[in-house]
Amino acid sequence: MGFFEQHILSILIWLPVVGGLLVLATGDDRGADIARKIGIGFSLATFVASIPLYIGFNSSTSDMQFIEHASWIDRYNIEYFLGIDGISLPLILLTTFLTVIVMFAALSSVRERVAQYVAAFLIMEGLMVGVFSALDSILFYVFWEAMLIPMYLIIGIWGGTNRVYASIKFFLYTLLGSLLMLVSFIYLYNVTGGSFSIQSFHDVPLGMTAQTLIFIAFFSAFAVKIPMFPVHTWLPDAHVEAPTGGSVILAAIMLKMGGYGFLRFSLPVTPDASANLAGFMIALSLIAVVYIALVALVQFDMKKLIAYSSISHMGFVTLGIFLFTVRGIEGAMVQMISHGFISGALFLCVGVLYDRLHSREIATYGGVVKSMPMFAAFAVLFAMANAGLPGTSAFVGEFLVIMASFDVNAWYAAVAAITLILGAAYTLWMVKRVIFGKITNAAVADLKDLNSPEFLILALLALAVLAFGIWPDPLINVMQASIDNLTVLATRSKL
Amino acid sequence: MNASVQFLPVLPEIVVALMACAVLVVDLFLDDDRRQISYLMCIATFIVTLVLLIKSVGGEPQVIFNGAIVIDDLSAIIKIGVVLSALLLFVYGRQYNLDRNLFKGEWFVLVMLGVVGMMVLASANHLVTLYMGLELLSLCLYAMIAMRRDSSVAAEAAMKYFVLGALASGILLYGMSLIYGLTGSLEFRAIAESIQQMDSNALPLTLGLIFIVVGLAFKLGAVPFHMWVPDVYDGAPISATIFIGTAPKLAAFAMMARLLVSGFGDLHDDWGDMLLVIAILSVAVGNIVAIAQTNIKRMLAYSTISHMGFFLFGILAGTEQGYGASLFYVLIYTTMSLGAFGVLLVLSTKGFEAENLDDLAGLNATHPGLALLMMLMMFSMAGVPPTVGFYAKLSVIQALLSVNHITVAVIAVLLAVVGAFYYLRVIKIMYFDSPPESRDLIPQRMAVGLLSVNALSVIGIMPFAGYLIDLCQRAVTTLP
Repeated sequence: MGFFEQHILSILIWLPVVGGLLVLATGDDRGADIARKIGIGFSLATFVASIPLYIGFNSSTSDMQFIEHASWIDRYNIEYFLGIDGISLPLILLTTFLTVIVMFAALSSVRERVAQYVAAFLIMEGLMVGVFSALDSILFYVFWEAMLIPMYLIIGIWGGTNRVYASIKFFLYTLLGSLLMLVSFIYLYNVTGGSFSIQSFHDVPLGMTAQTLIFIAFFSAFAVKIPMFPVHTWLPDAHVEAPTGGSVILAAIMLKMGGYGFLRFSLPVTPDASANLAGFMIALSLIAVVYIALVALVQFDMKKLIAYSSISHMGFVTLGIFLFTVRGIEGAMVQMISHGFISGALFLCVGVLYDRLHSREIATYGGVVKSMPMFAAFAVLFAMANAGLPGTSAFVGEFLVIMASFDVNAWYAAVAAITLILGAAYTLWMVKRVIFGKITNAAVADLKDLNSPEFLILALLALAVLAFGIWPDPLINVMQASIDNLTVLATRSKL
Repeated sequence: MNASVQFLPVLPEIVVALMACAVLVVDLFLDDDRRQISYLMCIATFIVTLVLLIKSVGGEPQVIFNGAIVIDDLSAIIKIGVVLSALLLFVYGRQYNLDRNLFKGEWFVLVMLGVVGMMVLASANHLVTLYMGLELLSLCLYAMIAMRRDSSVAAEAAMKYFVLGALASGILLYGMSLIYGLTGSLEFRAIAESIQQMDSNALPLTLGLIFIVVGLAFKLGAVPFHMWVPDVYDGAPISATIFIGTAPKLAAFAMMARLLVSGFGDLHDDWGDMLLVIAILSVAVGNIVAIAQTNIKRMLAYSTISHMGFFLFGILAGTEQGYGASLFYVLIYTTMSLGAFGVLLVLSTKGFEAENLDDLAGLNATHPGLALLMMLMMFSMAGVPPTVGFYAKLSVIQALLSVNHITVAVIAVLLAVVGAFYYLRVIKIMYFDSPPESRDLIPQRMAVGLLSVNALSVIGIMPFAGYLIDLCQRAVTTLP
């Protein structure tokens, strides 16, 4: 194997980080064009470099692949240990793909401190790939936490009016959960007799009390990130104030880290505590699915509405995860990927409107279809997808989760299915008020339709949403073996 | 014990002390325009000392001067840290001192003698040596704070520091005298040996230990003996604050570790519990009160108090790993403090002290480089990876958990979240707020260059954190 094959994960992590530092060196806004070009160049290069991961991936095994191993801090046996399985692979591809989209979106929508903006996103990309590929828990933690820094700055510098409050709330919420997770890692390190490797955490036997405490610590980290009811309140604030690109990354990828954490840590490391507390987790998920959907219904702000809809959809993910069945976890994974595309696309749609009229209020708009027919077509498609229309990727995930919950308890399925109605209600009602109807605001009549970069990115996302909706096999096949294995790990006892 | 007196191992101390005298004399013959000469003499001294010290790393540990001084890797590392921070603060503070009429021979001499004091502390193996080093350092600091004669705040700070410092010294001395009375010895190893023969619950012994711990906590500025810290940090000129807030903490580590571990190792149960209370209180009070500060020097003072708490966690764990973690923590803390105060020094111009949080407003818009450096310092102090502050916290928490202090570890990290808030606020002010109308800085290439190296090291160390931790761990093996 050549150097590239052996170090492909490292390349995916460090290439964008280096690109980010390079962009920072272009200085102030006089070099904005160069900064944008470097950004697009590096994100495209990273995306292209991530394709061999999919091609070279062996989907018949649940073992870690593309492993890289080097010692780092010997004293604590902390290693630079990377590798991916079927759970992390789709998330990495999602990351590299969406970063390209965000870079193109920044072409027209970001006007000030462009270099810092582009650099923040490139560095974030590297760190996110790092989170999904780290197999050493401290390395995982480093990537996980380091991501807070660019995200804090993204919300705080380029956000809206209430950005400072939102950014600090975001940071402190996530930091609290993460630090408790760190304490658990160190505890596990002592229990395993000196290893921070995630795989060794999977195998170590643990008492019920220890498992419960560790589960709670993990829960506080992942539930905040995903976010679950009732620790979701940072998300609408952060989203509303984040710039378009920030919202896309936040909704499409950062939330998935919570789900990934549950799958990588909570289920296999603390299976007994997870099983014990599954009822609690499912209850919280169902509350999120129904209650948050109702909250979404009454929003006046489009971004807030989509943010609440994200929380509601993430409820499906946690529901699927804590059913402990192959189908449930599969559904959760598909839902995560599909939500990545759809929520990203919806935030981009709002961004398109916001760039033109500088308002996110639903009431500002109405009759957009008359001046922006192309945009309206895309918006309606993504809205339908968000509502879980068959033929779109969201349907696959939601359907799998609902089926899985039927196997476990018909009531879960019944409650979860309510969201199909509520989801359709809040999304389509928003579409009706924004896209259709009479033009009440004179400015709307003068709106210009999509320019070519905007068209390109929305078209790419639409393609992805439809493709996985009609033919989800390529996605499900790579995950299959890993999810089977994970289900085995999650249903055994470690006492 | 060797009867012939060896001077070679203490050559670095001798060099600095002699050069301090030389600078004092030479400076008499220099007028203000040629003050650079004595400045450069100091810089040269520090560089030569650094070379000497670095060459001594890895040598056999040796106890000389009838047990008064111990030379080992621990002392070498601490001394390198001390001299390096003195060198850096000399460069950082040059323009600041010039602007404030503090660029004087007396100032240089005080810094150098303070450095000698700390070097003696780092090697002290004897209660008298320890006390001498401590007093030499403290006297220099009192005078440095009071150098700004026309400032009533500085005078107040100096008085406060002097009175409380003298009280602490008295308490420490009283504890030492009790211990001497009981054990009949002043050397740490000998004290440890006699304690082994004694009933460890003897009241006078415990009493002596309490006085010593209180004295040390006073000097360290740990809660509840921290009252002087914010006032002194605030009242002193920034070029003195940076001195107080950095190198002495390193020396304090050596002092605490040698005295408590080498001298009172068998009483770990007693001092461990005392330190536990002090450490938790320090982290709590430091982090919570810092939130209320609007003056950045006071804020950093409270942040120091909380860092001292974290640093005590490592020592109180009572394991070699814990001592190593503490040493690592205090080294990292010194690096971060130097960087943070360095930025303030560079930002302060003639007639303008960068000391309020608002003075940093919009720094990213006017000086993105400096803002980036300060941001790195703040994230590092908050312990956010990938900055090195995280590894420092990691190793301390690992030390706590390895001795099953799980609750303490959880309390510590929860308070760290509280602490993150005020560090974030500094970043918020620099990055999210709009800058003042004008901000004129005198370009100081040398200072900013070094400052960049200093600040970027908190992120650049990452791949080498393993080596550094290893070095610290090896250095403390000679302690028990």
